[in-house]
Amino acid sequence: MTATDDNRRVDAGSPVVAELPESSKLPESVSLETEEGKRLASQLADEKKQHARKLLEVRNLSTQFFTKEGVVHAVDRVDFELDYGETLGLVGESGCGKSVTALSLTRLVPDPPGKIVSGEIIFDGVDIMKLSNEEMRLLRGKRIGFIFQDPMTSLNPTLTIGFQIAESARMHLGLSNRAANDRAVELLSKVGIPRARDRMNDYPHQFSGGMRQRVMIAIALACDPMLLLADEPTTALDVTIQAQILELIRSLSEEYGTAVILITHDLGIAAGMCHRVNVMYAGRIVETGNVDDLFDDPQMPYSWGLLDSLPRLDEVRGARLRTIEGMPPDLLSLAAECRFAPRCPYVHDQCRTAEPELTERDNPSHRARCFGTEPGGWIQ
Amino acid sequence: MAVESTTIDRKVAERPPASLWRDAFERLLKNRLAIVGGIIVILLVFLAIFGPFITPYGYAQTDTSLVREVRGPANPGQGGHLLGTDDLGRDLLSRIMDGARISMTVAMVVQITVLLIGVPLGAAAGWFGGRVDNFLMRITDITYAFPDLLFIILLSVVFKDTWFGKAVDGLLLVFVAIGVVSWVGVARLVRGQMLSLKETEYVEAARAIGVPDRKIVTRHLLPNSIGPIIVAITLGIPGAILAESLLAFIGIGATPPRASWGTLISNGQRWMSSEPHLLLFPAIAIALALVSFTFLGDGLRDALDPKLKGKQ
Repeated sequence: MTATDDNRRVDAGSPVVAELPESSKLPESVSLETEEGKRLASQLADEKKQHARKLLEVRNLSTQFFTKEGVVHAVDRVDFELDYGETLGLVGESGCGKSVTALSLTRLVPDPPGKIVSGEIIFDGVDIMKLSNEEMRLLRGKRIGFIFQDPMTSLNPTLTIGFQIAESARMHLGLSNRAANDRAVELLSKVGIPRARDRMNDYPHQFSGGMRQRVMIAIALACDPMLLLADEPTTALDVTIQAQILELIRSLSEEYGTAVILITHDLGIAAGMCHRVNVMYAGRIVETGNVDDLFDDPQMPYSWGLLDSLPRLDEVRGARLRTIEGMPPDLLSLAAECRFAPRCPYVHDQCRTAEPELTERDNPSHRARCFGTEPGGWIQ
Repeated sequence: MAVESTTIDRKVAERPPASLWRDAFERLLKNRLAIVGGIIVILLVFLAIFGPFITPYGYAQTDTSLVREVRGPANPGQGGHLLGTDDLGRDLLSRIMDGARISMTVAMVVQITVLLIGVPLGAAAGWFGGRVDNFLMRITDITYAFPDLLFIILLSVVFKDTWFGKAVDGLLLVFVAIGVVSWVGVARLVRGQMLSLKETEYVEAARAIGVPDRKIVTRHLLPNSIGPIIVAITLGIPGAILAESLLAFIGIGATPPRASWGTLISNGQRWMSSEPHLLLFPAIAIALALVSFTFLGDGLRDALDPKLKGKQ
């Protein structure tokens, strides 16, 4: 870590305590022994609680695609928060808005046709939506790392691995070529590539899929970002490599105190990796909660469906895998109803007249968007 | 992890370090036609550079005693002239070598012009898209639709007596004229490459780590289009040589006594029935040059196309 010692965050490991404004530090001269000192200290603790801000606050985020057929509501009024060092899962089936949410966070939604039409994205106290393009560019890669789904196509075939890893460090940390190279070697060995220094001059086609995803992780972590967006990082890999890559992401994020947003449609992965999980459906968050609450007691028929469609070990051999009937709704034309209503086995008339709010369940952090499981609802 | 690491480790250790270019070069070496083409191309380039120093005769030097003796063109071998002489007693081999010089210069200058116009134009059109693309592509279409030969003839008529028309033995005009009409293909090619490459995931990945646009174009997009560009340029050379010969044939281009292959053919045509070698040898020279550049170009295309990788 020699290259970025000066760049490291002091509070890296702790998920709650955010960086505080300079003014809220206790003055050196005040002794804690005196009454005055104690009063100041407790006051500071209160302030700390108030100031304890989130790494990421997403408010009312809507991203739409303007196509010939009409406006596609890919991400629709999404709210969520992320603590420092926390791992959040975004789960849901294909086309539910997970990836577009992640792209929106880095303002990488292809424009045209896509556009973030509303919302605030407060990242480490800064509203990303208000940054200039140049400021945004400097944030990408430096503060927010991105791991893409398919490592086979995400590396430039004409550039060496070493160059591609060093590129980010050179650009954002202002390192010299040599320092950036050293950093790249260090990262390569960190992500488990043997003989890292020798492999710096190799090209992507000389690496296997799993190795390439390791390289992608090294690139994403090159500047020691505060947030890592992993968009289905293991979908393109075979199962044995999946576990290694996930373990690598987990251990590195713990070591560096990096918060992770893990996008996946594999609930098993989400259960194993995440602190909290957001279930998305048709561009909306339909359930959010701590991983234990959500998996022990899901409060939304869609979440049940997802959990239920996982194959189980204790199942009868040859039994058919369960699926959720029907297709996700067309995001072009959305009626004022629960979006899952057409596929929901528990649907009531109420579901077809209004869309439920994301309301609290057994504890404040566990919320779901379902009339049926609200207190007094018909699903128990 | 350990298992994967060690097996891969061993595999790598046994393999020499390879880059895309080395792989492509190895594939090229396996292609016999391309190698033959390449060798002839190298030979032609060598002759173009050193030919005049090798032959004992200058291209404009007349062997007056021989002309007096044979009263017309000398046959091959006669009077120490390997390929004979023309009706003025000028050594045909020396004139063909000077013709090679003209042809190779045309090939080079025209293709550099094509690169300088076509690549930036195509890159800008493909990268910016929208209105810029529309505007630049309409210019390209107009250039494409314009009758090339007419344009070149007009140009040479208009500039015939200016410094521009006379520079480099009258060749500069030809170079520029051919270059200005032949960049269209490369511009379209580069635009197409940009359009498809800018949607690739590694470009998205580069954006996601905050690489500025300028560097995305120069580091990520252009290097990945270099293969097709090289092929297009190589395959464009025969066209340029042919265009120059054609112009020389109808009397536009190199001012006498310099003679392009086209001039030699045009001259030889008059002696076709009695002295066929005056037509034959320049024609062979042109054919050889065209065929070898085409073979080389085809070989390069096969070698540089990543989709063909491992299929040979």
